[in-house]
Amino acid sequence: MQTQVLIIGAGITGAGVARDLALRGVHCIIVEKQDVNAGASGGNHGLLHSGARYIASDPASAVECQRENHLLKHLAAHCIEATGGLFVAVAGDDENYIADFPSTSRRCGITAHEIDLKEVHELEPALSNRLIAAYAVNDATIDPFKLSLDTIADAQLHGSRLLRYSRVVGFEIVHGRIRATRVKDELTGRVLSIAADIVVNAAGAWAGVVAAQAGAPIRMRYSKGTLLVTQNRIAYRVINRLRKATDGDILVPGGTVSILGTTSERVASPDVIYPEIHEVDAIIDEGAVMLPQLAETRFIRAYCGVRPLLEEAGKRGTDDPDDRAVSRGFALIDHLAGPEKLANFVTITGGKLTTYRLMAERTADWVCRRLGIQQPCRTHRVPLPNTVDARWTEPGLAPNTWLRSHAPNDALLCECEMVPRSVVEQIVTTIRKQDGRPSLKAISLRSRIGKGPCQGTFCSQRLAAYLYDRNYLAGSQGIVELRAFLRERWRGQQPLLWDTPLAQAELLEAMHCGLFCLELAAEGGVIEGLDHA
Amino acid sequence: MPDKEETLCDLIVIGTGLAGLSAALFAARRGIDTVLVGLTGEIGFASGLLDLLGVHPVADGRMVKDPWRALERLRREEPGHPYGKIDNDVIRKSIADMLAFLAESGYPYWCDSQANLRMVTPVGTCKPTYAVPHTMQYGPVALAQKTPCLLVDFEGLKGYSAIQIAAKLSACHPHLRTLRIAFPEGRGELYTEHMARALETTAVRATLIEAIRPHIGDVLCIGLPAILGIYDTVRVLEDLTQGLGRPVFEIPTMVPGVTGVRLQELFGRRLPALGVRCLMQQRVWNTWRRTDGRWSLAVGQNTAERTVRARSVMLCSGRFFGKGLCADRHGIRETIFDVPVVQPFDRTLWHNKDLLHAPGHPINRAGLAVDHRFRPTGDQGRVVFPNLFAAGTILAYQDWVRQKCGSGLAIATAYAAVAACHEYLKEVESAK
Ligand SMILES: Cc1cc2nc3c(=O)[nH]c(=O)nc-3n(C[C@H](O)[C@H](O)[C@H](O)COP(=O)(O)OP(=O)(O)OC[C@H]3O[C@@H](n4cnc5c(N)ncnc54)[C@H](O)[C@@H]3O)c2cc1C
Repeated sequence: MQTQVLIIGAGITGAGVARDLALRGVHCIIVEKQDVNAGASGGNHGLLHSGARYIASDPASAVECQRENHLLKHLAAHCIEATGGLFVAVAGDDENYIADFPSTSRRCGITAHEIDLKEVHELEPALSNRLIAAYAVNDATIDPFKLSLDTIADAQLHGSRLLRYSRVVGFEIVHGRIRATRVKDELTGRVLSIAADIVVNAAGAWAGVVAAQAGAPIRMRYSKGTLLVTQNRIAYRVINRLRKATDGDILVPGGTVSILGTTSERVASPDVIYPEIHEVDAIIDEGAVMLPQLAETRFIRAYCGVRPLLEEAGKRGTDDPDDRAVSRGFALIDHLAGPEKLANFVTITGGKLTTYRLMAERTADWVCRRLGIQQPCRTHRVPLPNTVDARWTEPGLAPNTWLRSHAPNDALLCECEMVPRSVVEQIVTTIRKQDGRPSLKAISLRSRIGKGPCQGTFCSQRLAAYLYDRNYLAGSQGIVELRAFLRERWRGQQPLLWDTPLAQAELLEAMHCGLFCLELAAEGGVIEGLDHA
Repeated sequence: MPDKEETLCDLIVIGTGLAGLSAALFAARRGIDTVLVGLTGEIGFASGLLDLLGVHPVADGRMVKDPWRALERLRREEPGHPYGKIDNDVIRKSIADMLAFLAESGYPYWCDSQANLRMVTPVGTCKPTYAVPHTMQYGPVALAQKTPCLLVDFEGLKGYSAIQIAAKLSACHPHLRTLRIAFPEGRGELYTEHMARALETTAVRATLIEAIRPHIGDVLCIGLPAILGIYDTVRVLEDLTQGLGRPVFEIPTMVPGVTGVRLQELFGRRLPALGVRCLMQQRVWNTWRRTDGRWSLAVGQNTAERTVRARSVMLCSGRFFGKGLCADRHGIRETIFDVPVVQPFDRTLWHNKDLLHAPGHPINRAGLAVDHRFRPTGDQGRVVFPNLFAAGTILAYQDWVRQKCGSGLAIATAYAAVAACHEYLKEVESAK
């Protein structure tokens, strides 16, 4: 297989680079070890930063965020809800930080309007009545799934290809160039070689691991952040705590829910991460200081992601305990400059979802310079098309469409989020277009299935049965699929199991283990016969 | 204390899951004057399969063939298990009594008495269970003998696919065919309970038979989702079997299904006839222990509407789903009497990070510790109240989901706890 540019990683950065290059007429292949947004792009807060959070710790990032925030609101409006945001301080918070906030913001070009404390409760009734200061900023929310899926869909429309479940396992290096990249198909185990003029490493937190395979050392830190999804939307705007960044100080709306976060915990590897119970408790306790009802509200899911933080040589040692102080800026690393001296290899990592477009632009500029291509960047002018591939991630869309066009045979497969068969059919078509197999996880990623209060208890088997009926699943695949899907959902449920969700989980286990015996199936889905005790 | 209507009884059973229903039945059979109170609902989620002990040891995922031998082994290896307090003979007796009751109520169960059966589930796996409703009887037989079989499902019935079941079974059972048809009475989305109620009428049965008959071909038996009636399953099954000229059997559906509804309706009909005063859809709002040791319970639908004065209480209120236990971030409590709950040290130990972790989640073994007479105990094994008993899944040191022992546990512990309660009542009586 051959291409001009091979991009490693289908997070928002890889997607952005592919679209940027595709719009300049460059042919790209994206390889992704799992599925779109398997990394941080699927495990973040969905906050389109105004920049105000970084004014003190990282003014350069603050400025970038401010600019991109403004641009994206026009270019990708359908992925964004321009809610605005508030920064609020509670009695006891650092008065100096509060006092400096407006002027420090201004220095970064960010406007922060002071809001009268009486008025702020009218705007957001859920806020604590112990506030001592409030400012309005330009924060907004962004749907990271829609954004990545649309970005990839547009790149594909312009000739790029996406290979899912394709993991980079090594490079063939000849005379200071990567001649071919070895990619393993995670489903079949087959390894294939892809020759490319340029290789872009957009593997996010895995950028160090990928670069190391090419003999290029990148020193990275992994900072895990955990987030909690509430059952209902608690506030209309983004609510930030007005203080030096710490745990549980941002509440971001996400359609019909709110997302509370986050934490910052150093982890040894980005691979096996879980939202932990002590994080959940810390987030709720802190969040409830700003918004008291968070202490009582029902949470339906927890998730986490790893921030790739680059250690800047000489600036800070790995022993600095505060990862929040590490720059949130991005790094474009030209591997010709390093000891590995590779002429056609570049790494783009770090940064934010908010700045993905800028990161992609800088990377594509570098690629085009190397390839001698003159085409300028167009992503700051050409809006991101709203494609059908990505439409069903939006909360509320499937139910609205279903209610309006109510066809009697279009049964709801997911009743919590009201996802009917017809939507599943469309998603399956999209997945097949990308040479994929429509697994439960892949369908859930592209829709709201399994994301409501039942967390997959009922919709998982309804969907599996439907996929069998349509011939999309065969043999024992359904067992393998159910196990994988429920395990994935469980990661997000397990730390939140008390009160009603605990009862719900009991029902889930009673049906899927008690009756279906899924825990007894071997990995291949086979259940052995009865044993003599 | 609400000074409204007051009801007197010897025993109040709290909970209308299988444990509570069994306790009320066994108590009535012993002539104990019994009141049953509870929120129906949980029994509606019963799969109808009567599990005794299907897996042991859980950590090895070993499916049990002979449950009686496995019970003996369980008693040695997990002496704290509620089954550890009951001999096989007593368990056998409790199950036999229950099966006899179900049979005389028109809903016979079938078992092999020495070996577990293997029952097909809606995802095509096979579950070890001890006894199945007569409507499912032929399923395990057909599976064991690899009988050529037609699996029927219905347009509009979600979560039940004959193709899925056949595909999963094809490796061990090659002679399966599938058929999808429209249900005689219904378009659009179908619900098993509606279907089952519809099949209580002869005309609907006849139409169904006509819809299936042309597709029988060379198969020797026919499997349908569990929809063969609610009340008169014997008649429904007989008609279909005759009409199709082949044995017909049910495969369980996703829960809640009709198998639960049948039990709910059956007990709801039979218990009052046996003298049990049933306060269905009611909860216990408050309890007092009187100076004479008796209990007063405030009971009602939405508020305390009446007081029940009882010489003894049996807690069969289930776990978290049944609302017998509840948890906040800091711990687990028993909801009605606040008796001590055996539980892991803190929340981080409740669940494993893997849903399917072989040994199961520690929280599932939390619950009430009881003495040999099934009375909840607290510090150092001291009995909390001499006239408070507990049975069913609320008991600690068992994992009914993983061990596939839910029904057996409910029936056997209810039986043993009622016997202990009977002793207590007799002691009190003779002390007077
Ligand atoms: C908890 C948390 C909260 C955040 N909140 C926000 C926020 O509110 N706003 C904001 O702007 N930013 C936020 N961020 C930052 C933002 O999520 C990330 O900067 C962004 O998603 C990074 O995208 P990426 O594509 O570079 O990396 P990723 O999304 O991690 O993508 C890398 C991809 O590479 C793939 N990959 C890895 N190794 C290989 C291999 N060998 N072969 C093939 N593929 C491979 C991975 O599977 C993955 O899909 C947050 C981050 C975290 C962790």
